[in-house]
Amino acid sequence: MSTLNQIFVITLMNLRNLPARKASSMVIVVGIAGVVTVLIAILSMAQGFEATLRGAGQADRAIVIRAGSDSEMGSSVPVDEARQIETMPGLARIDGNPLVAGETYVIADIKKRANNSDANMPMRGVEPESFKIRNEVEIVEGRNFQFGRFELIAGVKAANQFQGIDLGAQLQIRGAKWKVVGLFESGGSIHESEVWVDNAILVAELNRGWGYSSMIARLESPLDLEVFGNAMEDDPQLETKAVRESSYYNEQSTGITSLITNFGYWVAAIMAVGAIFGALNTMYSAVSTRSVEIATLRALGFSPIPVVISVLVESIMLALLGGSLGSAIAYTFFNGYTASTMGATFSQVSFDFAVTRELIVQGITWSCLLGLIGGLFPSVAAARQPITVALRGL
Amino acid sequence: MAETLIEIADIAKDYHRGKVAIPVLSEISLQIEKGDFLALMGPSGSGKTTLLNLIGGLDTPTSGSISIDGERIDKLTQGKLAAWRSRHVGFVFQFYNLLPVLTAEKNVELPLLLTNLNRKERKKRALAALAVVGLQDRASHRPTELSGGQEQRVAIARAIVSDPGLLVCDEPTGDLDRATADEILELLQLLNREYGKTIVMVTHDPKAADHANHCLYLDKGSLSGSQTA
Repeated sequence: MSTLNQIFVITLMNLRNLPARKASSMVIVVGIAGVVTVLIAILSMAQGFEATLRGAGQADRAIVIRAGSDSEMGSSVPVDEARQIETMPGLARIDGNPLVAGETYVIADIKKRANNSDANMPMRGVEPESFKIRNEVEIVEGRNFQFGRFELIAGVKAANQFQGIDLGAQLQIRGAKWKVVGLFESGGSIHESEVWVDNAILVAELNRGWGYSSMIARLESPLDLEVFGNAMEDDPQLETKAVRESSYYNEQSTGITSLITNFGYWVAAIMAVGAIFGALNTMYSAVSTRSVEIATLRALGFSPIPVVISVLVESIMLALLGGSLGSAIAYTFFNGYTASTMGATFSQVSFDFAVTRELIVQGITWSCLLGLIGGLFPSVAAARQPITVALRGL
Repeated sequence: MAETLIEIADIAKDYHRGKVAIPVLSEISLQIEKGDFLALMGPSGSGKTTLLNLIGGLDTPTSGSISIDGERIDKLTQGKLAAWRSRHVGFVFQFYNLLPVLTAEKNVELPLLLTNLNRKERKKRALAALAVVGLQDRASHRPTELSGGQEQRVAIARAIVSDPGLLVCDEPTGDLDRATADEILELLQLLNREYGKTIVMVTHDPKAADHANHCLYLDKGSLSGSQTA
């Protein structure tokens, strides 16, 4: 009880003194708010990118690619192998027809709306089954393209990002003109950065009669991946592999996500060093201006531990204020902010920054840690200063 | 024969500047009786505040012993010394050392936070101590709303609130005008006479020393003389 009382009194004294030290206290608040803003902003970029890619993946869907390939871009599935794959066990069926579709994935040169710079737009040739398998795709403006025509639909993020993707417009891609007839959403996934066309026309235009880039399949259940994959492996004529779609996109996101995350931590760590010096300076100054008061309390019999704790409490409270401010700034200005970057397939991926609850908790944790470090040394110094010296205000 | 409260035997105090030891007090021995009012005088740097700090348990001697009411305080650890101070010593400082964010009542209550008294009892005792110094009507005022003399009275109330036997006063009138200083000194005399407090007071002011029963003179870290009123 006595120790708690001591902590309470000294902490109260410190906090009541805060208005008199507004300017120096703001050094901690602003410094730590800056660190937390930058940390959360960069991590929200990684989080958003990861969510966009992972959002495309479902456990009961499989992507079939060439055995030695890591992505659709470097993969090819010959037509005869594709026909064979359609007969494999484990595939979901509607009216006896397997839910599997061959798709062609290419990139097309296009200009960005934002700065007129060149970009690689992902273009996917799809088959009618593609829409049954990816049933999250929803036309939000215009209509779906008609198979057999030079028409395309574009993901909403692709439409926002690339020049010429306007409903009714003709888009010149690789020598052919495609009419933009609709825009689609797919739950915020990477497909919203793509344009989709009739695979047969695309293949003909590209003179790629030898096959698809990949196949997308819906499994009877997530557990059937093994059945489907094993059947493919056991067939000596097939040189393909089945990858669970969620794993495929996880793999695609890992490199860039960890690059952004590491970058975020480095930048935040460098800024944190500056913020810690700011906090140390502020708390040394705060302790120094109250050294006589602290010494008086110690002369009256208060022990040094409450002095240490009270200074730490003040430092952490200021840091928490900074952390909260930083989180609020990051949430206000970055949550939902759309950006784009080069994905693993060298195509442009648009994604929304995602300031999640976990990131805010992480930011607040960082702020507490910085406050703790910033307050620890000054508090120990205050507690260790000889009373007789401190009473003289030295 | 009066009972001895403070017994100082051959103490020395050195301060260190780097590896060099600077002697501040040497070969000091003295006894102070319970209920005495002693003034310590001497030129600046003579060691009188250092001696007062040793008596008040704010510092420990380099050698020698200090017993107060039979307890060797020079042997106590810092933690035990702090607890001992809270029970046995009241401090009065030249610049009052009140906490500006607390009211007079809360400042006086501070030493009681180190006891097991409940809030109601603490309040009652703080107000009683303020009544002793004549400031019961200023309980809710903060230090900035009080005059220097009133601030020092509040500091004295804080020094006596936990009823210690010993008051150590470091230039208690050094920041006050003559008339106010006299009021404070009369209050200290009252506490000495009526409440039996043993008082050790450092002062530069001979008129202040006149209010004490005895006066000891220090020069260059040694006792150089004494005078009884």
